[in-house]
Amino acid sequence: MSNNKPSPQARDQIDESLRRVFQEDTEAELPDRFKELLDQLRNQSEAPSDDGDAS
Amino acid sequence: MSALDPRDELVDHLPSLRAFALSLTRNGAIADDMVQDTLVKAWTNIEKFEAGTNMRAWLFTILRNTYYSNRRKAQREVADVDGIFTESMAEKPAHDGRLQMNDFRAAFAQLPDEQRETLILVGANGFSYDEAADMCGVQVGTIKSRANRGRKRLAELLHLDEDEALELTDSATVAVVAANPASAF
Repeated sequence: MSNNKPSPQARDQIDESLRRVFQEDTEAELPDRFKELLDQLRNQSEAPSDDGDAS
Repeated sequence: MSALDPRDELVDHLPSLRAFALSLTRNGAIADDMVQDTLVKAWTNIEKFEAGTNMRAWLFTILRNTYYSNRRKAQREVADVDGIFTESMAEKPAHDGRLQMNDFRAAFAQLPDEQRETLILVGANGFSYDEAADMCGVQVGTIKSRANRGRKRLAELLHLDEDEALELTDSATVAVVAANPASAF
């Protein structure tokens, strides 16, 4: 039974490492494409659905 | 212009969404494609997001569903990495108890998708077992078992439990045990 789980100390070290790894990954620089995509989606949803070239 | 468009919040979740995608795919290019798919799905299905609920959980759910449905389609079971990392694994944790991050990443990358996903949700993001079960569409017991198996495997790969008896003499450990007398029984 004790074989199914790591010790509490190991568990703490593992969870601490998981948080650090995840935190490191969230700090990586984001490519521009995501914000460009969001801008594009916003422009599409704000554009008139018909008569797109009305002026 | 509506005052509160939940779509305005999407950008705030980009860093954690991408980190989650990286932990699942272990590949930057695939991760970025999945983040892109997730953004489009979230944007076009924003009415399915319930205001006041956790948007990060909602986005993670979309992303992992995308990942697993792609994986099923592609039938790509990448099981060939077994053993590659084992040789280069760390001997011991550093004296301050912190693990070397490169060794940890290499060990983590060896876990099956479901265990990595569970540990990132529960261990790294602090979602409860119940929340993680909802997000993954499985029973709570399944999540607990995946978390335990994943942590156990990491402990083995990183040799964390080999000196348990020795560690108990560690002053920090003794202090913890002393502070929690109930756990000593």
